[in-house]
Amino acid sequence: MKRTISVTVNGKKSSHDVEPRLLLVHYIRDTLGLTGTHVGCDTSNCGACTIMMNGRAVKACTLLAVQADGAQLQTVEGLANNGDLHPIQQGFWEEHGLQCGFCTPGMMMTALELLRRHPDPTETQIREGLEGNLCRCTGYQHIVNAIQNAAGKLRGVPARK
Amino acid sequence: MIPAPFEYHAPSSVKEAIGLLERHGEDAKLLAGGHSLLPIMKFRLAQPKVVVDIGRIAGLDKIEARGSAIAIGALTTHDAVEQSDVLQAQCPLLPETASVIGDMQVRNRGTIGGSLAHADPAADYPGAILALDAEIVATGAKGTRTIPARDFFVEMLTTALTPAEIITEIRVPATGTGKGTGTAYLKHAHPASGYAVVGVAVVLQVAGGKCQKAAIGINGVAGKAYRASAVEKALVGKALDEKTVADAASHAADGADVQSDLYASSEFRAHLACVYTKRAILKAASRAG
Amino acid sequence: MAVSKIFGASIRRREDPRLITGQATYTDDLRLPGMVHACIVRSPHAHARIVEIDVEAARRHPGVVAVFTGRDIAGKLNPIPTAWLIPNSDLKTPPHPALAVDRVRYAGDGVAVVVAEDPYSARDAAALVRVEYAPLPAVVNQEQAVQSGAPQLHAEAPNNVAFTWKLAGGDANAAFAEAERGGVVVRQRFLNQRLIPNAIEPRSVVARYTSGSGDLTVWYTTQNPHIARFLMSVVTGIPEHKIRIVAPEVGGGFGSKIPFYADEAVVAFCARATGRPVKWTEERRENYQATIHGRDHITDLEIAARGDGTITGLRGKTWANLGAYLSTAAPGVPTILHGLMLTGCYTIPNIAYEVVGVFTSTTPVDAYRGAGRPEATFLIERMVDRIAGRLGMDPAEVRRKNFIRAEQFPYTTAEGLSYDSGNYAPALDKALDLIEYSRLREVQRQGPKDNRYLGIGLSTYVEICGLGPSAVAGAVGFQGGLWESATVRLHPTGKATAFTGASPHGQGEETTFAQLVSDELGLPIDDIEVVHGDTGAISMGWGTYGSRTTVVGGAAIALASRRVRDKAAKIAAHMLEAAEGDLAFEQGRFSVRGSPARSKTIQEVTLQAYLAWNLPAGVEPSLEASAYYDPSNFTFPFGTHAAVVKVDADTGQVELRRYVAVDDCGRVINPLIVDGQVHGGLVQGIAQALHEAAAYDANGQLLTGSMADYAVPRARMFPRFVTARTETPSPHNPIGVKGVGETGTIASTPAVVNAVLDALRPFGVTHIDMPLTPERIWTAIQKSAAPPAEARRQGAQQKDRR
Repeated sequence: MKRTISVTVNGKKSSHDVEPRLLLVHYIRDTLGLTGTHVGCDTSNCGACTIMMNGRAVKACTLLAVQADGAQLQTVEGLANNGDLHPIQQGFWEEHGLQCGFCTPGMMMTALELLRRHPDPTETQIREGLEGNLCRCTGYQHIVNAIQNAAGKLRGVPARK
Repeated sequence: MIPAPFEYHAPSSVKEAIGLLERHGEDAKLLAGGHSLLPIMKFRLAQPKVVVDIGRIAGLDKIEARGSAIAIGALTTHDAVEQSDVLQAQCPLLPETASVIGDMQVRNRGTIGGSLAHADPAADYPGAILALDAEIVATGAKGTRTIPARDFFVEMLTTALTPAEIITEIRVPATGTGKGTGTAYLKHAHPASGYAVVGVAVVLQVAGGKCQKAAIGINGVAGKAYRASAVEKALVGKALDEKTVADAASHAADGADVQSDLYASSEFRAHLACVYTKRAILKAASRAG
Repeated sequence: MAVSKIFGASIRRREDPRLITGQATYTDDLRLPGMVHACIVRSPHAHARIVEIDVEAARRHPGVVAVFTGRDIAGKLNPIPTAWLIPNSDLKTPPHPALAVDRVRYAGDGVAVVVAEDPYSARDAAALVRVEYAPLPAVVNQEQAVQSGAPQLHAEAPNNVAFTWKLAGGDANAAFAEAERGGVVVRQRFLNQRLIPNAIEPRSVVARYTSGSGDLTVWYTTQNPHIARFLMSVVTGIPEHKIRIVAPEVGGGFGSKIPFYADEAVVAFCARATGRPVKWTEERRENYQATIHGRDHITDLEIAARGDGTITGLRGKTWANLGAYLSTAAPGVPTILHGLMLTGCYTIPNIAYEVVGVFTSTTPVDAYRGAGRPEATFLIERMVDRIAGRLGMDPAEVRRKNFIRAEQFPYTTAEGLSYDSGNYAPALDKALDLIEYSRLREVQRQGPKDNRYLGIGLSTYVEICGLGPSAVAGAVGFQGGLWESATVRLHPTGKATAFTGASPHGQGEETTFAQLVSDELGLPIDDIEVVHGDTGAISMGWGTYGSRTTVVGGAAIALASRRVRDKAAKIAAHMLEAAEGDLAFEQGRFSVRGSPARSKTIQEVTLQAYLAWNLPAGVEPSLEASAYYDPSNFTFPFGTHAAVVKVDADTGQVELRRYVAVDDCGRVINPLIVDGQVHGGLVQGIAQALHEAAAYDANGQLLTGSMADYAVPRARMFPRFVTARTETPSPHNPIGVKGVGETGTIASTPAVVNAVLDALRPFGVTHIDMPLTPERIWTAIQKSAAPPAEARRQGAQQKDRR
């Protein structure tokens, strides 16, 4: 039996009747058509599906859409503001923090919370903060640089190498 | 990865949830944060006909100091445990344990009650819960009962909970830190899953340079988490020098049905248990101040 | 309009804006009108007879459009072919049906497909397909599979042997006889474990068949759309000109998206049979079972050297596990790409080597990043360390002593390859310098602290890149060419589109190729679009693998750009009423030498080329050119990697403390992108050394079937890498580049293993199989001859006993 859920995604309200078993990530991708959020594994390991839910980074593959009823969601599509890239997006671009780009939306959403917790993170804090996100292309070093770069931008200081 | 269909209920009270569990019996599964249940449902290793989502029950996510104990609501996330000022000051072992569970996203959703009810022996909380002599508060149709940690873990993935009982609260003692008390959790994480191959939680009380009390809970090693009583006995009354600790820690896997898997044989796992026990004791001792 | 030269500039990637905003379109993001969804039913058994398949319950399930079994498609789809028929090897090519008909040969083999209106219904109905199997014994180990009495997988391949391939150069037996008399011989069995590529984007296919025109369009996760088009045509019988393959955004491949899989053909079949566009996206569990694996060699190797460390011979045999069927490039990987690189960067004149390719009831094995070369480099780099250990020499000195010297290039190896250029010693010196080699050796001599042992490991490598000369491809049995195409088209407004037959999927060639065009034609980079991955737009191409994209495809882009420039020069000369030879071309402007005021920009010339009002005699309108670059040789990048580890002797845990990579990939177009390629390769190679391994049980069940079991490396496992370069341009490549996509993977695995075993020398441990997990290290220490207390007193430079 379907249930009606209402969510606010990237500031926009949506309401749909969904099967209880519908995974949140499928709701976002298939029902809302926001395909920037990706699915890379079955086991909550890769983090490609990471979004913000009520201000917290969560793995949308390990949530039912019904669990998000009433929640505020933010996806990669909601990072930029009126076309202005978020400092995290700028950091990933400037520091070559992505190659194939598939893990990147999840990485950036994780970075969003990481930088809220640690506005001036050490390299160790960044690497540990990325525990739930796998990248097979970059070897992570340029992702670390990207997050450091973004941290600098968010704090209003030049990028630290 | 798509779960099989199920009937979904989102009760707003514990009473309502228990009613649903009573009505549906073994067909029903409780969903809290979902980080234990949903992965196995996606693989269709679990295909409950009914899912009772207790995530919307208000008031089950509070952390409160109550005299010499701290009460933690069952829906408290691992992250909330890690960040709790009350716990960091009065029971730092639990935040230290929570901080190494899974990853940030998992800690944001996974709950202490859900993790304990799932009773994965490689999860991180069980060792700490045992070492702290915590109490698990369970509510069922006949009311509320308190289960001592020692009685809670029955075997792998099985607890002392009856099918229609819900964990509502976990109570841990306010051990404090320093001034003679030291705690530590050390873990050898599986490189893929992040679960504990070995996890050792230690609570020590030291006075006059000698160990007065030692409580050591070990997860990841055996089919269920256990207290390393032989190690505890070998420490009490002694000065915690490296030799004494190493000798005591060598009993960390005594009597345990040590598990074996692709990553670690039972022999190696037992060895790691000893090494990590030694290191965790020394770390706790250094914190006892 | 000032355009400075941007070859060598770390400019931001032009593909990134769509990727960082969630606006990129990967295959699974596509939604076509009327699209339905496929779910493939796979065998849970490694080896079994199919007794009966009952699909009625699945067919009746709500939302189901169609269900097909192997029997339904047999005769309508041809078997999945292999495309590398290595010569002189008695290669057997048993048929590989797109869906199994009467026998399954690995856990994951497809037996049926369900098509439904939505993916949830497809998944539910797939669970209702009832397959009765009669299990047969499985065989997962290639050495056991060739024994008599082993389960037989294919009637066409007795004893499961797919091929036996031999390589010989010089006189290996004589070299070993000499070494047995007065030198040193080291023998070792090496296992190069099975790996799972783990591109984070799973494979995905969307197929649409238009019955009116007979056109099949397939969007899918491929590294080589034109090869896929050819093979799709072979398998489906749809003529090549009626097939269009599009590789949209592709989320990593590492070799796993080279092969043409049965699944792709099945999805195309479903689209044709149902008349609806069909999408199929694998789950990660399926990816682990049904997307190719990599490596999986068992090698018995011997190396011979003189007492002074001069290596004289290499002799060995490898059993290469190919899995249940021959994947697209599978036969070439453990032979041509492996055997020909065994002597590495050393003057080893004598070699005798044999490779037996073996079928087993496991997931097919094919090219995984490095493909054959990591296996070769691992063998020789481990053996060089073993010789150093036996002779009590420094591993760096043994390497230096045996290097092919700079003046010996071009150098013909015992395997018969001609290395184009190289200068190995400076890269070694630079790496030793950056890692502070002498200082660390001094620290090491002071003994361990807290039972943690310091180890330093080196790997000096050379690899074969830029695949490759088509005549050689033909000679070694590759069923295709290896040249690359480029078309550079200037539009009337002076903007440009560059088309490449390579198919980058993360490597950044939309940027680096635009840099090349910009430099050749003096156009602002933002005026250049690079188009790839669409057989409807690009005449022909061979794709992205083998570190060939920039080396071969980039060279084609540069050559096509130069042809455009040559034609533009003719038109410009006509416009300026000057002789073509009197024109200079700089910063996008043709000017008459000596009178710079007389000039035309390339944009002005382009407009005239299209207006064609006044073209010189014999010059046709428009301004575009194509190049089909077929390299005259491979390229041979090289370098030295150095790793520093601390091994905790109590737990066996390895901490990678520092890592230095000095690579020589010739000229560098974009240093930022090159660093990214190196970093990514390092993590994959280091993870092979320490963490990753696919494992099967004796029944052929994959024990590492998810990311929760198989250790895909994470950020915290690594220190900050130090990268540096030397630059020895390829003498034959038009842009001097050599390729860098795989060097990190090739060099790093032995560097880390050497470092760990260097740390364990005080214990007398000389070998541990990969991955070097804590348990394996701890066990080796427990079994070692020297107890730790004694070990601590031993000097690091003492000779190994074994």
